[in-house]
Amino acid sequence: MTTLEKNPTPTESDLLPLTGPRLPTYAPALVAVAALALGGVLWLVLGSSVALSAFVAAVVFVVALPSWSRAVEGSRSAVDRLVAALVWVALLFAFVPLVSLLWTLLDKGLPALSPEFFTFSMRSVFGDAQGGIYHALVGTVLITLAATLISVPIGIFTAIYLVEYGAGNRVAKTITFLVDVMTGIPSIVAGLFAYALFVLFFGPGVRMGFGGAVALSILMIPVVVRSTEEMLKLVPDELREAAYALGVPKWRTITKVVLPTSMSGIVTGVTLAIARVIGETAPLLIIAGKTDSVNFNLFDERMATLPVFIYYSYTQPGIPAAPGYERAWGAALVLIAIVMILNVLARLIGKAFAPKTGR
Amino acid sequence: MAKSIDVSDLDIYYGDFLAVQGVNMTIRARAVTAFIGPSGCGKSTFLRSLNRMHEVIPGARVEGKVLVDGQSLYEPGVDPVAVRRQIGMVFQRPNPFPTMSIYDNVLAGNRLNSKKLKKSAADDIVEKSLKGANLWNEVKDRLGKPGMGLSGGQQQRLCIARAIAVEPQVLLMDEPCSALDPISTAAIEDLIHDLKSQYTIVIVTHNMQQAARVSDDTGFFNLKGAGQPGHLVEFNPTEKVFANPDNDSTEAYISGRFG
Repeated sequence: MTTLEKNPTPTESDLLPLTGPRLPTYAPALVAVAALALGGVLWLVLGSSVALSAFVAAVVFVVALPSWSRAVEGSRSAVDRLVAALVWVALLFAFVPLVSLLWTLLDKGLPALSPEFFTFSMRSVFGDAQGGIYHALVGTVLITLAATLISVPIGIFTAIYLVEYGAGNRVAKTITFLVDVMTGIPSIVAGLFAYALFVLFFGPGVRMGFGGAVALSILMIPVVVRSTEEMLKLVPDELREAAYALGVPKWRTITKVVLPTSMSGIVTGVTLAIARVIGETAPLLIIAGKTDSVNFNLFDERMATLPVFIYYSYTQPGIPAAPGYERAWGAALVLIAIVMILNVLARLIGKAFAPKTGR
Repeated sequence: MAKSIDVSDLDIYYGDFLAVQGVNMTIRARAVTAFIGPSGCGKSTFLRSLNRMHEVIPGARVEGKVLVDGQSLYEPGVDPVAVRRQIGMVFQRPNPFPTMSIYDNVLAGNRLNSKKLKKSAADDIVEKSLKGANLWNEVKDRLGKPGMGLSGGQQQRLCIARAIAVEPQVLLMDEPCSALDPISTAAIEDLIHDLKSQYTIVIVTHNMQQAARVSDDTGFFNLKGAGQPGHLVEFNPTEKVFANPDNDSTEAYISGRFG
C-alpha cells in the first residue's frame, strides 16, 4: 500500500535505540576473580573453613555480577546475568564431587598398581605379602560377559517386539509397564531373586558365578530394552515403508534396514548398561560369594568380583590393615578405569556404526 | 510386462473411519495416470491401497476389489510382499537407506530379497537403473559414497532408481516432486515420460500443470466436507479433464476457484 502523504522526517523520539551501555566482555571473569579473592582472604587470613569460603565466594559472584549489570545495562540484562551466574556456579559445584572422587582414587589407588597387582590372586596372602586382584578381575569379566550374553538378546528382541510388532497393543503396554517397574528394582532384590532361583535347582547355600550373571542381567535387561526401544523409535517410518515397497519382508526390513540404521545407538545403550551393572556389589555378595582364589568356572563354586573384593578388602583388611586398604583403593581405581574405557568404547563404536552423510 | 489395474467399489478404512468411498476406475497399462484433488481427499490413501502398503498402518483395511491383470490383490491367499515386488512405490519425501552407499541403495531391493547376484550382474543393474532414473552421469564416479550425501532431487531420483531396479510391473508415485526444485522436477517428469514405455505409472500430484504435462488419464478426488470420506469425482483422459470436464467441481478445482 502506498500513501500519498509525504513521510514525516523521523524525530529523535521515533528512533528505536539499538545500542545501549554494555559491561565489558571481561566483566564476569573480573567479578569471579574478585569473589574468589574474597573467599581466599576468608580462608587464609580469617581462617574460616574451605566450604564456607567457597560458599561466600559463590554468593558474592551471584549477587555482584547482576547488581553491576543492573546499574549499567538495565534489568533485562541483569536477569540474564543472574541466570548465567547461577548456571556457572551450579556447574562448578557439580564438578567438585566428581573431581574430588577421581583425585582421591588416583591418589590412593595408583600406588597399589603394579604388574603383580594384576596377576596375583589373594590365595594364601597374609600380612605384608604381595596380593592382587587377578581373581576378582577374572570374576568380574566373566560374570559381566555372561550377564551381557543373557540380557542383550532378550533386551533387543523385546524392544523389537515393542516397536515393530506390538505397536501400542495391550501386551506391549503391559510389557513396557513391567520393564519400567524392573528399572527400579533394588539390586539387592535382584540378588535375592537369583539366589532363590538357584536354591530351587541346587539346594540351599548355592554359590556360583552364573547366579551373579543372572542377577546382573535382571538389572541390565530393562536398561537394554529401554535404550534399544528409544533408538528403534527414532528410525523413520519412511525407511520401513521404502523397504516394504521394494517387496522386502518384515523380518528382513528389521534386520537389514531398521537395526543397521539404529545400530550406533543400540551399541551405545548396551555398553552403558554394562557399565551400569559392572559395579554392582549387593547381588554378587549374595549369590557369587567371595573367595581368594581364581575361579574360571561360572557354574561351580564361589567367584570373586571387583566390587565384592573392594568391600571385603575395606571391611576386613587383615593385619596389618594398610596393604588391604591399598588393595581396595587400587581395585576401585581399576573398576572406574574399566567403566571409563567402556564409555569411551561406546562412543567410538557408536561413531563407527553411525549412518554416514559424507558427500 | 506392464499391467493394467481395475478397481471396483473400493472402500478404504482407517479403523472405523471411512477414508475413501466407492472408487471405480481402470488404470491403463503403459500409460501415466495422475490423481489430483485437495489435501485429505484420499489420493495417497487410494494409491497406497494399490500395492497393499495401506495396511502397514495399524487398523487400516480395505473393502472392494483391486484387480491387476485380472488377479485380485485382496484375496485371502495373496502375499502382500509378493504384491509389492510387482508394484513399486516412490514416496513424497526421498528416503534412501542411510546406512547404504549409492550402489547398495540401488541394489537394496534385490539384495534384501536375498537374491544372489554376481558382481557383473549387480553392476549392470546399478548402471541400468541409474541411467533409467537419469542419475548415472551425476553419480557414476562416487557410487561408493553414502546415498544421504546427495541433494534432495538426486536422492529422489536415487529412490526411483531403487524402485525400478527390481523391475516392477507398476510404479506408484506419491507426490514425487513436492519436495523438489523446478529443475529436479523437470528431470523427474522427463523420466516419467521415458519410463512410460515400459511401466504402468500412477502419480499423485498437487501440481495441476504437472498432471497436465505428464499424464494420459486424470482422476479428480474430492471430499464433501471435513470428516466425510473422499471419493472419485471424475476419471477421464487428461485432455478432457483439463479442457472440458464432465463435472462442475472438477472445473472449479482446476480453474482454482476452490481447493
